[in-house]
Formats: sequence, structure tokens, C-alpha cells
Amino acid sequence: MIVAGIALLVGIALGLVLRPTVPGWLEPYLPIAVVAALDAVFGGLRAWLDGIFDAKVFVVSFVSNVTVAALIVFLGDKLGVGSQLSTAVVVVLGIRIFGNAAAIRRHVFRA
Amino acid sequence: MSETRKLQWRRWSVALIAVLTLLLGFAIAVQVRAHSSGDALSGLREEDLIGILDNQNDRADRLRQQIADLNDSLNKLRNSGDRSAAARRQLLQQSRALAILLGTLPAVGPGVIVTLTDPAAGLTGEDLLDVVEELRGAGAEAIQFGTVRVTTSTSFEGNGGTATVDGTELPPPYRVVAIGDPKTLDTAVNIPGGVAATVRAAGGNLNVQELHKVHVTATRTLPRPKYAEPSH
Repeated sequence: MIVAGIALLVGIALGLVLRPTVPGWLEPYLPIAVVAALDAVFGGLRAWLDGIFDAKVFVVSFVSNVTVAALIVFLGDKLGVGSQLSTAVVVVLGIRIFGNAAAIRRHVFRA
Repeated sequence: MSETRKLQWRRWSVALIAVLTLLLGFAIAVQVRAHSSGDALSGLREEDLIGILDNQNDRADRLRQQIADLNDSLNKLRNSGDRSAAARRQLLQQSRALAILLGTLPAVGPGVIVTLTDPAAGLTGEDLLDVVEELRGAGAEAIQFGTVRVTTSTSFEGNGGTATVDGTELPPPYRVVAIGDPKTLDTAVNIPGGVAATVRAAGGNLNVQELHKVHVTATRTLPRPKYAEPSH
């Protein structure tokens, strides 16, 4: 877990230092992918606090979350409802993140 | 064997988690930077951009329409300004022409100076009026008799060597200035059996001087009509 936290910070630092530009084809997907990955990370954190963390589950859920989110947005773009679908994805993932955050909160603060 | 495999898998998973979270952090940083530093439009998708473009086009159309309307009204105002200026010029010209005919403005132009002598004191007011009438008939536009501007209502009296023109007593020799075509005026006055002959018959003499430029300096104030008013 400490490794993951350090890696996250290193990634942020790298992103700030390297200042890469987002390629055009990735632009619609990157924010959704980030939100999906955040969902996976929060889920993993919650599982860790619950004592049921499984690295395999985390890795698979992380990758599949990102992939499915990107796919949904891609499909939505092709169908002409891209913005609505990305909103839907963000809403669903946001609700899940909130739920996980609430569970984490209960663990950390016992409330 | 299974223990080492488990250990290996643990190492692998830690590495994978590290890589994934590192990618996540990287992506977060990149996305935040792209969203905040780049211009607001670069992150938008196609249909949103099309919508914005449509809005801008509509706005541009509206503004163009507004420009056209304002230009129209500008032209209208300009035209009306031109028209009123032209009308003013015309009125000014008209009023000047009328002022010359009515004798309220001094006038200058080609014309003649007629000098009448009356050593025998034989000229009557009628004779003087004949001279003026002859000049007027020959197209004189402005006439001055002595120091009096001659107009439609000018009266002539004369006997015993002085003339009274519009109430002003004038001693001979009489000097009549008329603006018009000099040749025509000269011819009209000196026509055989005309006013020149009458004046000579009465013992006086008449001399006509054709000039390029004569000045009618006398003016009169316009009488205010007492009874008549414009009717229409």
C-alpha cells in the first residue's frame, strides 16, 4: 500500500515535471479513465482497510474499469451521445467513489 | 515450489500496482494541467465545439445585421442632412434674388449709368418715370435713381428743376444706375422717338454710359404688408 501511495506521488510529480501534451485522440478518454481508475483505487483502499485486499482483484478491476469506461465513451462518441454517456459514467463512478469513501471514513474515524 | 510462486506473484503484483498507480498519478497530473493551462476549448468534444461555433456564428450574424441596420440609419440621416442643406442653399439663393428685385440688398453687375441734365427745368416726373420704365422694360434688374433704390412702388414727382423720388428731393443732374445688359439698355433709352428724344425736347440732355461693372448701393427697407397676407 505504501508502494502504491509512493508510486501515485511519483506519477503526479512526473506529470508535473515532464509536462506532456495530451494527444488529440486521447482527450475525451483521459478524464473518464482517470475517474474509473480512481474508483478502482478507492475500492482497493477500502478492501485493504477491510482486510480483504487482493492484488489480483485490484489489478483486474483497475484495468477493466479503465477499459470499460473508455469503451463506453468511445461507443457513445460513435453513436453521437458521447457527452451524455461520459456524464453517465462520471455519475456512476462518482457514486461508487462516494460509497467507498464513506466506508473508508467509517474505518478511519469509526463513525 | 508453491511458496516461491506465491512470493513471485506477490512481487509481481506489487510491481503492477506500483505501475498502475504511477500511471494514474501521471494521468491525473497531465489531465489537470491540460485542463487548467490550455485554452478552455481544447478539451471539448466535437459536438460541443460545433454548438459553440454555431452560437458564435449566430452572434456574428446578429452583429452583422446590427451593423447593416446602423449603416442604413446613418445613410438616412446623412441623406436628410444633405437634403436640408440643399434646401437651405436654394432658399438662400431665392431670398437673395428676391432681395435684389425688392431692393433690400445692394447689387453689382454690368449695366449703364444714365446722366440726365435739366438746365431748362423742363423735366416732369413723368419723364423721369419714362426713363426708369424704359430701362426696366429693357430688362434692368436693379435700378438706382440718385440715392434712391427704384422698385415697383417708387413714385416720381418733378417740376421746376427738382425731382422728388419716393419722398426724397433730388437736384439735377440726375444719375440713374441700372444693372442689366448694357447694350440693350443703351439701345432702349436711345431708341428714336424714345425717352432720349423726349428729354431733349424738354430742353435737357441724356447721356448713357455702358459699363462692365456698376454698383447699385442704395437699398430700401421692405414695407411690411398691412392688409395682405399669404393665402394658401
